[in-house]
Order: sequence, then C-alpha cells, then structure tokens
Amino acid sequence: MTVQTPIYLDNHATTPADPLVVEEMLPFLLQNFGNPASRNHSFGWTAKEAVELGRERVAALIGASPKEIIITSGATESNNLAIKGVAYQYASRGKHIITVPTEHKAVLDSCHTLEREGWEVTYLNVDTEGRISLEELKNAIRKDTVLVSVMLANNEIGVIQPISEIGAICKEKGVFFHCDAVQGLGRIPFDVATANVDLVSISAHKMYGPKGIGALYVRRGRPRLRLQALIHGGGHERGLRSGTLATHQIVGFGKAAELAAEDLTNGGIERVRQLRDRLWDGLNANLEDVILNGSWEHRLPNNLNVSFAYVEGEAMMMAIKTIACSSGSACTSASLEPSYVLRALGVEDEYAHSSIRFGIGRFTTEAEIDYAIELITEKVKWLREMSPLYEMAKAGIDLKTIEWAAH
Amino acid sequence: MAYNDKVIDHYENPHNVGVLDHQDDSVGTGLVGAPACGDVMRLQLKINDNGIIEDAKFKTFGCGSAIASSSLVTTMVKGKSIEEAATIKNTLIAEELSLPPVKIHCSVLAEDAIQAAIADYKKKRG
Repeated sequence: MTVQTPIYLDNHATTPADPLVVEEMLPFLLQNFGNPASRNHSFGWTAKEAVELGRERVAALIGASPKEIIITSGATESNNLAIKGVAYQYASRGKHIITVPTEHKAVLDSCHTLEREGWEVTYLNVDTEGRISLEELKNAIRKDTVLVSVMLANNEIGVIQPISEIGAICKEKGVFFHCDAVQGLGRIPFDVATANVDLVSISAHKMYGPKGIGALYVRRGRPRLRLQALIHGGGHERGLRSGTLATHQIVGFGKAAELAAEDLTNGGIERVRQLRDRLWDGLNANLEDVILNGSWEHRLPNNLNVSFAYVEGEAMMMAIKTIACSSGSACTSASLEPSYVLRALGVEDEYAHSSIRFGIGRFTTEAEIDYAIELITEKVKWLREMSPLYEMAKAGIDLKTIEWAAH
Repeated sequence: MAYNDKVIDHYENPHNVGVLDHQDDSVGTGLVGAPACGDVMRLQLKINDNGIIEDAKFKTFGCGSAIASSSLVTTMVKGKSIEEAATIKNTLIAEELSLPPVKIHCSVLAEDAIQAAIADYKKKRG
C-alpha cells in the first residue's frame, strides 16, 4: 500500500479537523450567520440553538452540565482565566498557588505573571517518569493556598497524572483544583465527578475540531467558585467571558467533542493505541539504544516520546522530513534550550537533544506506521554512522568519563 | 527549520564521513563540543611530510548545520597547508552555508575543530 507523504504524526501539536466537523460548521458561515445574542429575530435564535447544542456536547464529553461550560478562544485563554481568575478573585483569602514545572506554558507563564504581581508559586517535583508525589502535594498546601493546577496528561511525554487523587486532596483541604485536560480528552476517560475537579481547560483543535475555540469548565454548586473575568464587554458567558460567540466554531467544537466521546467506546482509541505500540515495537526490533521518555504505564495511548541515543534531534527531523513530528532538541527551539519537560524529568541533556515526539491520530494508518518504522530505522543508522559518540560507545568508551571541550 | 540549499546538500550528501587512524603520527585529531550542548565534532587531518593536508575525515553529533559545517570544513582543508588551514575563520564557513544567526555557533565549533586537530598533530610531532 502506498503512503502519501508527508505523513502527519504530530497530533499533540494539533489535529486535522474531522470532515464531519467541517460539514456541520459550514452552514453557520454562509446561511445561518446570525449573532447568537440577537434575541429578536430568527437569525439570532437559530445561531443560539446551534451554540447551545455545541455547548451540551462539550459538557457531555466531560460529564458536566452545559451551564458549567464557558466558551473561550482556546485552552490558552482557559488556562489564563482559570489561574488568574481564581487568583484575583480570592486574593484576600491567600496568594499561594501550587503547580508543576511540566505544565503547558499557558499555565506556567500565567503563574510567572502572578509571581511578578506578588503571588507565591510552589512547583512540585516530578519523578523520572514525570509524575508528581501526592505526599509532596499534601505537604505543600498551606492556609493561604487558593489553587492547585495539574494537567491531566502531558503534551510532550504523554504522562498521565493521578487527577482523582489530587482532586480528593484538594477537596479535603478546601483548595480549588484546576486541570488542563487538553491532551487527555478523547484519548482517556475523564469525568468531572470522579476527577474531583473545579476547573477544566478544553481545546477543540486537539480533538479534530477547529483551531481558535475552547472552553473552561467551571464547577457550579458548593463550595462556591467564582472567577474574576479577564475579558470584559457585553457580559457573555455569565459575565466570565465577553465577546460575540463564534457560532460556526462552537458547532465544530461540539461535533468534535461528540466524536471524541465516541472514540473512547467504539474502538477508535484502541486502534490508535495499537498503532502506537506497533511503532514502538518496530523501532525496538530494528534499533538498539532507543530510550522511552516518561512512564510507559501512565501514558496517553497515542503518544510516543523517544530518544535515539547518539543522534541529535534536529538532524533526525531533517533526515525524516517526510514525517511530521517534533523534537525536544534545543536546536529546534529558538532558545537553544532543550525541552523543559524532559529537563524536569531529569533526562540528561544529550538525551534531551536526541528526543523525538510522535502523536498518533484518528487518521493515522498502519501503512504510515510501517513507513515511519522503515524510514526512521534507515536514518538513525545513517546518522549513527556519522556520530563520533556512537563510534566511541561501540568501542566500549564510557562517554561520561571524557573531558569535553565545550564552547 | 527552512534551510539553505547548501546546508541541505552537505547534510544529505556529507563529504568525507569517516575515521582516520588516530594512532598514526601523521594524523591530527580534534574532538570539540559536548553531548550536553548537543554538538560534538571530531575532525581528523592526515598531513604529509610537506605539511599539506592530504585527507580529512569527520564525524559529528549535532544538528543539520553542525553536520554541514564539519562536512564543508573537510572539503576546505584538503590540499591546504597547516598554516593556511589554521586561518579558516568561522565567518567564512557561516557565509558559505548562509547560516542563520541562531546557527552561527555551529561554524564556530567547526573552526575550533580545525584548531584542535592541528594542535593535536603538532603535539604528536613534538
């Protein structure tokens, strides 16, 4: 079976929109273009009805009520709203926040901003598998802690955190718990009740929906959770997020959420897991010194993050240019610093420089995986032939004993 | 990253990948960089009795620009005298490959590799 290149194996960065999603969206651009807030005519009513259906579908994906879904421009905005919204609202209660250094930049940068404004942030440690310690979390919570933010699954290494347990601890201590669930939704089961969460960030474009739309789940009921809005205006979304709702985007988001929920039960995600396992097994069968970054057991079914020892990440990416994936190598980041996630795991620099991340998706085929195995095998071998480190390692030299003349 | 054609050419068809006998008296070996930085270059020069570089081989752990820089260096030094090779500056390498600013350090490392290989050769000769 021939494969059309380039093949896309970067589904953690984004996903293509599902054709069914696009089909559902189109009428709301040309014909049903009304503003959902126009209460006085059918253009508005039609749009509002579509928005509410979309909202229901998003809520259903996480087991929430539609009243608990606030539509935003994406998970970055949701993360900002959750963290700053709680911080500003509860500043008189306390100014301490707890999070993890492996969180998405939208969480980390929001925390850094608050630190500059006078908040204190504790960053929990992660073990070599990428998971936090529940003991450490318990001990870190203080009287002035207002929020804990821990992601469901990591975007680089796919590692899954013990969310229910974290939520239970937060509930017991009376601290709000925010969970960036972007990478986990549609890939692993998630329900707000069992997760013990107060706030959840959701992104459409990570679940085969359009880019530029997302949501923040904000728990209703006791204990009362209020947020200070970041964007002011007409008072949309219960005053939490003003701005005309983008009907077509929300329709697409809703459809994507519906399909994502189905994936979890109709074998869709199992197929993806098998493809991911096929890739891992194939690479290991052909190559030695392929190192897995992060926990195998607590990992998203579609994620593979590996380091090919003795080969640098960016050189690898150039070599496998017909495969779209990403690297934790410094060279691929503008800052020349290796992945901060791998760093937090304690992955040594030379392996962080050698890491490649693959994200299998709904549209990935077995033929594409086999193509990838073959190409990666070929290129790793080729680059290892060019690598002085590989030669030295094969000659039995312990690379750690060498005194490098770093520049 | 969108690369210049010259970098891509040197990367996909690298010149002079390989090994020379580092025990050989006429071979100078320069090993520069560090795995922690993501860049390690080994440049080996075979120098004849007239002080002319007869052969050059390299191996590099590094990005496309690093591989291209070291590959280019091996073609630049062949046929030159040690003195001439020692004057090769990183700016020449960077210009030849049209390296973007963020990759200039790769050319610096390549220049260091030449110096290190020459220094090793001279040390052997006493």
